[in-house]
Amino acid sequence: MTAVEDAPTTAGIGHRMLRKEDAKLVTGEAKFVDDIKAPGQLWMGMVRSTMAHATIGSIDTSEAEAMPGVHAVYTGEQLAELGLWAAPLPCAWPVTEDMVNPPHNPVAVGEAKHVGDILAVVLAETRYGAADAAEQVIVDYEPLGAVTSIEDAMADDVMAHADLTTNKAFHWPLDPNPEATAAAFENAAHVVKARFIQQRLIPTPMEPRGVLAIPSPAGGEVTLYSATQVPHILKVMIAATTGIPESKIRVIAPAVGGGFGGKLNVDADAILSVTLANHLGRPVRWTETRSEAAGSSHQGRGQIQHMEAAADADGKVTAVKVHLDADMGAYMMLITPGVPLLGSFLYTGVYDIPNLSFSCDGWFTNMTPTDAYRGAGRPEASYAIERVMDMVAGEVGITPEEVRARNYINGGEFFENHEAASTLIFDSGHYRPAHDKALEMADVAGLRAEQARRREAGEKVQLGIGMCTYVEICGLAPSRALGGLNYGAGGWEHATVRMLPTGKVEVVSGSTPHGQGHETAWSQIIATKMGISPDDVTVLHSDTATSPLGLDTYGSRSLAVGGVAIAMAADKVIDKAKQIAAHQFEASADDIVFEEGAFSVAGTPARSVHIQELGFAAFAAHDLPDGMEPNLQEQVNFDPPNFAFPFGTHVAVVEVDEETGNVELIDYTAVDDCGNQVNPLIVEGQVHGGIVQGAAQALYEVAIYDDQGQITNPSLMDYLVPSAAEMPSIQVESTVTPSTSNPLGVKGVGEAGTIGSAAAVINAVCDALSPHGITDMEMPATPWRVRRAIEAAEGGGS
Amino acid sequence: MIPAAFDYVRAASADEALAVLAEHGEDAKLMAGGHSLIPLMKFRLVTPGVIVDVGGLNGDLRGISVDGDTVRIGALTRHSELEHSAELRDACPMLAHVASLVGDPAVRHRGTIGGSLAHADPASDLPAAAIALKATLVARGPNGEREIGIDDFFTGFLESALAPDELLTEIRVPVSTGGWAYEKFNRRAQDWAIVAAAVADGGNGVALVNMGSTPLRAAGVEAAVASGASASDAAAAAADGTSPPTDNNGDAEYRSHLARVLTGRALAAASG
Repeated sequence: MTAVEDAPTTAGIGHRMLRKEDAKLVTGEAKFVDDIKAPGQLWMGMVRSTMAHATIGSIDTSEAEAMPGVHAVYTGEQLAELGLWAAPLPCAWPVTEDMVNPPHNPVAVGEAKHVGDILAVVLAETRYGAADAAEQVIVDYEPLGAVTSIEDAMADDVMAHADLTTNKAFHWPLDPNPEATAAAFENAAHVVKARFIQQRLIPTPMEPRGVLAIPSPAGGEVTLYSATQVPHILKVMIAATTGIPESKIRVIAPAVGGGFGGKLNVDADAILSVTLANHLGRPVRWTETRSEAAGSSHQGRGQIQHMEAAADADGKVTAVKVHLDADMGAYMMLITPGVPLLGSFLYTGVYDIPNLSFSCDGWFTNMTPTDAYRGAGRPEASYAIERVMDMVAGEVGITPEEVRARNYINGGEFFENHEAASTLIFDSGHYRPAHDKALEMADVAGLRAEQARRREAGEKVQLGIGMCTYVEICGLAPSRALGGLNYGAGGWEHATVRMLPTGKVEVVSGSTPHGQGHETAWSQIIATKMGISPDDVTVLHSDTATSPLGLDTYGSRSLAVGGVAIAMAADKVIDKAKQIAAHQFEASADDIVFEEGAFSVAGTPARSVHIQELGFAAFAAHDLPDGMEPNLQEQVNFDPPNFAFPFGTHVAVVEVDEETGNVELIDYTAVDDCGNQVNPLIVEGQVHGGIVQGAAQALYEVAIYDDQGQITNPSLMDYLVPSAAEMPSIQVESTVTPSTSNPLGVKGVGEAGTIGSAAAVINAVCDALSPHGITDMEMPATPWRVRRAIEAAEGGGS
Repeated sequence: MIPAAFDYVRAASADEALAVLAEHGEDAKLMAGGHSLIPLMKFRLVTPGVIVDVGGLNGDLRGISVDGDTVRIGALTRHSELEHSAELRDACPMLAHVASLVGDPAVRHRGTIGGSLAHADPASDLPAAAIALKATLVARGPNGEREIGIDDFFTGFLESALAPDELLTEIRVPVSTGGWAYEKFNRRAQDWAIVAAAVADGGNGVALVNMGSTPLRAAGVEAAVASGASASDAAAAAADGTSPPTDNNGDAEYRSHLARVLTGRALAAASG
């Protein structure tokens, strides 16, 4: 394990190095998919269903086809006849043997299942021409009843798919010890029950989705540029879905402007662009608009959570029962059914709760499919247990911090390898220091005094303080664990490290950045390992031709899996270089020491050779040890033995204007522990963004569907992504408890902020409103909703 | 988010703009800053055949001058110019303040006061400010200029008294340095108001944002203030006679409540 304090302070692990990527990004030199042009390109324009559920009668494409610049128009039926795809769009996570998974064609055939479902595709010379022509395609709809909420789906009166007899897609239980759970509830002094709604969210990366497929008619190859988080997975899935040999497919993710899970899917646009480019022999491209994204980019969350907690008289929680009703939307996308289950293991939080009983029903609706969104299942779990802990505190009559202190694993003291009720092994934790630090930084004692003063004075603007002590599962994932969950792939990551003849280092990473700063972090790891400058490191990634192996970026896995693979590959390069150094020194490799990039014989530091000098020796191969292959190039495919479990304590402070119902987040403190940190600057950036995204769920964001299944806020004018102006200055600190799951002791931090903040903010809102007897507040806590709750509590109208 | 095809004329003079309007009638649409029109075009909610861009015109159509008791503002004066004008801050501080709350900096650097008023959006800030300030608008058409009192200007949802062949050229507001306040209630800094209340001249002028199909004068509140009612008593009449919309941000009942709260706060601030 590399301890942070041992790292060089100038450039390597632990240094707040400015990001290498940023110069290209801020000067506009970086190329996103939409910046890349191909001669002869055609634009796709999607004809999308305007109805949530309908039988598709005739589709009249004649007017669109006659428009200038229109090359072709295809309906789903025509494309199916052309045989352009070999299988429906994939779901890689059939969570149960009997999961229902109706076919999901890239272009619907016969039945539209949600607003935004693609019914026909136009190919035109220009983007505007494609949009104009798509508008001229006349679709004959015969409306069917639409399922527009989870409750509708559960009623099972109306079917989301006309040929199904139930909307239930699966039932998935996790109930290690039902008798013990039942006994815990029987013996409980307090039982808290709650129902929480995890509203649908739209991922909204800065860069929308986009594709450009370039065929090679003579050679049969096709190159897909895609704004994707998962070029490697996409390549495999394109092969499986289209029947094109995998060896003929190259996927490139150029500069990608965020994803938040929204770009880890195998969407219709990718399949259509590849197959149509091959079919027509011309490049085919598409860039989505924001309104299009609202109805076609998969959405996050979409759950109803039924929670029950049993506690003893002192507030020690003895069991948690959870049932989820999860909204799949109209189709199973790549990992749709697995997302709610990713949270199943976290419903006991950071607490020593011996019993967990979990089940989840997945339901089809006529809304946009759901899938991963930052945190994917884990923010939901964290929210539910953290809200419930506050409710237990209220029942028992103790403070939120006290109920947590009484329930922490190992009393909040340091532990390693703790088996939770879910049967997962938490790698390491030390919860009390983060807790204490956060409360002190936020000055909770002072805030409580101010809160008491305002309550006493009956002021219009009341104060609320909320905390959240979260744990998450990162570093997805041990391949065996994924196999146990019936996930269709592994969770390893690939790295190659090669020293070039000139002593510069090339790193090939299977982990695919879309804003995280991989090039910087990977360079820092190499700098520390090899004792060289991070400027001497180049990272190759996101192109299946230069980086053929990889499992990409999601689930806070890049560092804890991909970064570790790089460190391990660097170790192998150093080992080989050490053999060469020993050979040059005519010494035994066992006697060679490696310090700050230089090899020397132990005890005689005056004679040394720098590892960068050995690059040429290995390349020239004039004088290598007998039997040694030339070149310094090593690879590792790292499959982690366990997940990593980062944690932290967040404190949110809100002001609630009781007259208007407005909630303002006025202060936020986060003390996170993601193990060893490679670049604290990047860690803080991730924490900041994550907190804002979770606070956005708490206060602002929701995809609102009406009872016809129309999304009523499809633009960024109405879908309220908060800006810096709505957020307080965030105080960020950290503690360091190294992971035992990997040799770097790192845990992952991409989702932590989001996992902690929604609960902290809503706990604060409920705290502010508690004098009214209000104990819960649905997300987002809009002014209208808060004001109605106050009025209801006051028993009158406004 | 991709507009339908349209023809584009960049007018070199007000007369040229008027000539194009006369030629194309209702098929033509004037564009100044474009920050109201272009989003509607991108949603294809409007599909004008001809865009007449007057955004590049200067001269009398742009700028702020104080003429005795009257502030004259060229219709193409941008929100950012209102916001930062020392003259306006002295002569009519409320208008400068309200302009500073429109949209975000990018919007304020493009959007114009004339465009905002002519667009007649009941959720916009400047129309209500103009009502509270009792502005007079000047329009130029084929038959010359005419003045339109602000109370006659807003005729319906996104509809004004301007004829299709008229160009709004000037906004005149009285010099107004009495007590004023603008209480804007929205979710994010750049958003339209869910409801807002504008109070000018110590309560002599009171107007409401997003409480009906047009920007509204709160005549009941003005009358109550005139008769000496307290701020809270006067504010109780704020929602009287209004038909506020229901949307994702609130229903009529909640908006009526907000109108009373915000008007009360604005009256208190204006008299404080």
